[in-house]
Amino acid sequence: MQAAALRPGTAGPGPWIAFGLILAFLLLFLILPVGTVIYTAFVNEVGGLTLGHFANFFGQGVFRESFFNSLWVALATTFFASVIAVPLAYLTVRFEFRGALLIQTLGVLPLIMPPFVGAVALQLIFGRSGSVNLLLDDWLGFTIPIMDGLVGVTFVESIHYFPFILLNLVAAMRNIDGAMEESALNLGARGWRLFRRVIFPLAMPGYLAGAALVFVKVFDDLGTPLVMGVTNMLAPQAYLRITSVGVDDPLGYVISVIMIAFSILALWLAARVMKGKDYATLQKGGSALQKRRLTAWESALAYGWIVLILLVTLAPHIGILLMSFAKVWSFSVLPDAYTLEHYVTVFADANHMIGNTLLYCLLAAGLDVVIGTAIAYLILRTQLPARRWLDYLASAALAIPGLVLAIGYLRLFKGVQLPFTETPLVGTWVLIMLAYAVRRLPYALRSCMAALQQVHVSLEEAAQSLGATRLSTIRRVMVPLMAGGILAGFVTSFITAAVELSATLLLASTESQAPMSYGIYLYMQSISGRGPGAALGVLAVVVVGLGTYLSHRFVERSRATVQAKQEG
Amino acid sequence: MQRSLFTATAAAALATACLTAQAGTVTVLTSFPKELTTAYQKAFEAANPGIKIEILNKNTTASVAYVRELPEGQRPDVMWASAPDAFEVLSSFNLLQSAPEVVNKSAPAKIGNYPLNDPKGMYYGQALAGYGISWNTRYLKAHKLAEPREWTDLLKPEYFGHIAISSPSRSGTTQLTVETILQGEGWEKGWAQLLEMMGNAAAVTDRSFAVPDGVNNGQYGIGIVIDFLALAGKYSGYPVDFVYPSMTAVVPANIALIAGAKNPDEAKKFMAYTMSVPGQQLLFEPKIGRLPILPYSMLKAPAGYPVPQDIAKRAKVQFDSQLSGARYPVVISLFDQMVTFRLKELQAATKAIHEATRALKAKPNARGSELLAQARSLAYTPLVGAENVKNPEFLELFRKSRRDVAVSKQLTGLEQMWADKARANYERARDLAEQARGLAK
Repeated sequence: MQAAALRPGTAGPGPWIAFGLILAFLLLFLILPVGTVIYTAFVNEVGGLTLGHFANFFGQGVFRESFFNSLWVALATTFFASVIAVPLAYLTVRFEFRGALLIQTLGVLPLIMPPFVGAVALQLIFGRSGSVNLLLDDWLGFTIPIMDGLVGVTFVESIHYFPFILLNLVAAMRNIDGAMEESALNLGARGWRLFRRVIFPLAMPGYLAGAALVFVKVFDDLGTPLVMGVTNMLAPQAYLRITSVGVDDPLGYVISVIMIAFSILALWLAARVMKGKDYATLQKGGSALQKRRLTAWESALAYGWIVLILLVTLAPHIGILLMSFAKVWSFSVLPDAYTLEHYVTVFADANHMIGNTLLYCLLAAGLDVVIGTAIAYLILRTQLPARRWLDYLASAALAIPGLVLAIGYLRLFKGVQLPFTETPLVGTWVLIMLAYAVRRLPYALRSCMAALQQVHVSLEEAAQSLGATRLSTIRRVMVPLMAGGILAGFVTSFITAAVELSATLLLASTESQAPMSYGIYLYMQSISGRGPGAALGVLAVVVVGLGTYLSHRFVERSRATVQAKQEG
Repeated sequence: MQRSLFTATAAAALATACLTAQAGTVTVLTSFPKELTTAYQKAFEAANPGIKIEILNKNTTASVAYVRELPEGQRPDVMWASAPDAFEVLSSFNLLQSAPEVVNKSAPAKIGNYPLNDPKGMYYGQALAGYGISWNTRYLKAHKLAEPREWTDLLKPEYFGHIAISSPSRSGTTQLTVETILQGEGWEKGWAQLLEMMGNAAAVTDRSFAVPDGVNNGQYGIGIVIDFLALAGKYSGYPVDFVYPSMTAVVPANIALIAGAKNPDEAKKFMAYTMSVPGQQLLFEPKIGRLPILPYSMLKAPAGYPVPQDIAKRAKVQFDSQLSGARYPVVISLFDQMVTFRLKELQAATKAIHEATRALKAKPNARGSELLAQARSLAYTPLVGAENVKNPEFLELFRKSRRDVAVSKQLTGLEQMWADKARANYERARDLAEQARGLAK
């Protein structure tokens, strides 16, 4: 990259120390624990190395079929998620739009939904006997099987994961230099052509970051296919084999290894696309993209489209909201009767869970953006050998089932005590928090990389030639310029950590450590617990949604102050 | 700033993390719903001041992994769950210790033909459960379907696409149901019945709870479930009902002391309590809805409550748990390859067979009936014969470690063969049934 060309070699030991620390973190909390579990894929019964299990894998028709199903679903989801996210991002960033902030916050809500709760709620709305199909059957005499099979998985995943694209694209579009648009306008580019040839290409790092995440996430996603009863995909096949009680089947781990390899390949391809292109812009904060007004017709069309999209994507939330107030809801368009008692139950015995979720997820997301920014810096601004491997290693976490990571932690840290105390590490919540940080690091990392790609290196050089040290350049120039992207990463990590379940379920060692996702799962295990479970789900959405909204406000305000200073 | 904030919070966090369970706490690892565990926790703590019960809820897979990975002395004290297979696995890894003194002598030794306690004395029956059919009354009414009574009712064409079951490889309770049918009808006939019933299935779910859940909210009309999951829904006001078919077995849900537990003495007190008269009385609570192990003469049962001994007596099957254990891996693997992973093809074949049957009934045709019989035989014959499943060498293969590449290759080869054959058979059956239907014109 040209940034590297401008700064050959590495000045001082700082980058090396950062490199070492990050590598140590990844080794200790990702590679080693996972290694202790999935080495099974490479050894035979006496412990000798073998590739025989891989040969067995490729001989199985079910697995080939699963591989292509997963690939198809991942590609289709990336496409549909883009169809949802790109117009939302473009309309709200480019135009004078009432409620743009509200729309962007609402657009993030689908992520705040534990997958199995989302699927339960969606079944109530779109399922075989869901509200929509019951109404259709009553009025028109037909039903839409949108929740069935691979189509159903694609539908649910698109609704669930489009915010990855939305968040990153919005951050990227905000960073586009207004001068670029003006020049394009001067040269006669308008409308669609302006978007296609100028705006979208300039926002490419953000879009690719989001799209790559969606692709990899869906390819590796386990929860959605499982709750929808689709087993002919890779992740469920691996899960079913790993978790069969009492069977130690190496093929499960073989699938995990293959998923990791494929995820890294996808990210590498995304990086190849970006290679040799320069997305950095010089001006920041001053003049962002101009906001323009829509004509009456255009805005009616835009609002209509947005309301429609939000209605579909927020259907799971409407579903659990109804569930949380419902007495009995069975084979009917709406619940039979309503009650507040589920909230009473939840407030009586689940208060500590809210605190736990906030504590673990804020710490984990904080850790993620620190590490993410550092890795982005090392990759884009230094020449350290093998620096790209930090990215690949960290991103491998996407493809590792939570259960595997959790078993690895219990195995690796068996007998290790918390520093300065007698407490065994496996009995504390520290491991839960670290598991969140490791599993959600790829999200923060993609956002931080995209943000730094848009910052021109000459801004830092200017700071340094004015006498700023390397560290204060990072602190005073780089990080503020990357703020939008870092925030997007923080929010994604935070939100998705708040709904993590598989690792939590294994690592929680007392009920007092349990976060909200665990509580929701616990309630949802019984029929009389559905109401309280949904109520806790609603609380989770509110708490996390509020956090997201406040952080958006925070960035908007600091942006406003910067602008005011420049203009004043 | 972020960094300093982080270190500060981390330091505070470490300080609070040091608060651990004190002595006098019994940790119970369980997969049971919150209503049940909370009821027992409250009642026991009230009766035994000074002992605290800590409930640790994990699904069965996570429970087994959790106990296996923890060092001795840090493990939870009590394991309490339905699936007998989880206890078998823990027992085979020497993770359970026997505690015969907790058993209530008033409980019978056997329910029907099924031993209440583990013959090796590692885990004990604490409550009973039977398997049966549950349905959503609104759903059946809307689709104009009759309420089923027996497994054979579920083979009828009108139930096509309305039935849900969880996969026996995922749910120990479904495995017992499947095994009950196989033992009651015999291997070949049992499989034929099962496959025909599964041809009517809308879904084969991964979690056992997904089935009653789907029936409760009306997503599925009929579910094959364990009694208390259906009864709890019924008593919570959902429009569902439940029936024990005559081909059923009553089996225990178990409780066991974990080897290397933190607090074994007080744990035993808790175990004994769950099997005592007040502990058993709790099972009758509407939101719990389980069958007790103690005879009803010692308890106050609500009127009309099912009596396990009667169900066991009525049941046509003499359940052989040894036979069930011996062919366990074959049964679950065959079910997955023939049903779970090939559900789409099996459904298509069954649909074609239903249509052909209807057409031929209206306009009989000898050649058509012949083709239809072939189609049925292709679709509903198990790929492993009754003789084969008695062959100890064949069963032994499934017991060997899959870490051995050669064994794994043999097993995956076998599964591959089943999968291919099942698919080919279902597709051929569909063709034949469609031809048969064509002849009926």
